Amino acid sequence: MVPASYYLALAAVLFGIGLVGVVVKRNMLVVFMCIELMLNSANLTFLAFARRLGTLGGHAIAFFVIAVAAAEAAVGLAIVIAVFRTRGTLDVGEVTLLKS
Amino acid sequence: MSDRAESVVFWIFAIPLLFSAAWVVVAQNPVNAAISLVAAFFFLAGIYVLLAAHLLAFLQVLVYAGAIMVLFLFVIMLLTTGDEEFHRVRLRFTQVAGAFGAAGVVAVVLSAIYQLGDGEMPRVAPDFGTLKAVGRLLYTQYLLPFEATSLLLLVAIVGAVVVAKQRI
Repeated sequence: MVPASYYLALAAVLFGIGLVGVVVKRNMLVVFMCIELMLNSANLTFLAFARRLGTLGGHAIAFFVIAVAAAEAAVGLAIVIAVFRTRGTLDVGEVTLLKS
Repeated sequence: MSDRAESVVFWIFAIPLLFSAAWVVVAQNPVNAAISLVAAFFFLAGIYVLLAAHLLAFLQVLVYAGAIMVLFLFVIMLLTTGDEEFHRVRLRFTQVAGAFGAAGVVAVVLSAIYQLGDGEMPRVAPDFGTLKAVGRLLYTQYLLPFEATSLLLLVAIVGAVVVAKQRI
């Protein structure tokens, strides 16, 4: 049996990779993809704990996370399209309307 | 499955998963990042099967690798004009500091997991994680969140159309 800690550590590293991507990348779409990566690592944690405890509650939560991620992707990509249409760029550093 | 075979399968999925996830961050071209993310989702589905989450592995491939990533690729094709160059820009100080902060977060979480101990997996019922078992749970204990999800998806559809459309 692979112990639960291996799955948890894998999820933690995956979350870290996503977090680094969100902080470092400038392209809005890639930042978005890294957020999806972080959501997936959270899912992996839920499923690892569900397997460890032998209950199915984690599976239900992971199901809802997938549904919310789908909704979030649809709305987020619509926002990306709207930003690109008004500013002509995907750079997150250029979108500074609230800063001034 | 024997212990040894299970750990071999785990590493077969885990190592390419980490590499493809890292490539999402490293790749300069967003299309490469998206394809690499699709690969990461497939490997993650394999890990889900190891965790006896058969329904979630199926949904992972269907919804994430299928629907969401196709949406991403559509938007990338729509917005990337092709003549923009993917040159390596100089990292700002805040970005470097943020990356180190992320590494610190991972270190803290990993040390917490280490203190948690190994955590031996118990034996589970043969229908653990199947469509029947999870579906029964969703339609009894989680019925209200399940219905709220349908409302959420409807709102997301309408919102996406309203935000992305030029003239309503």
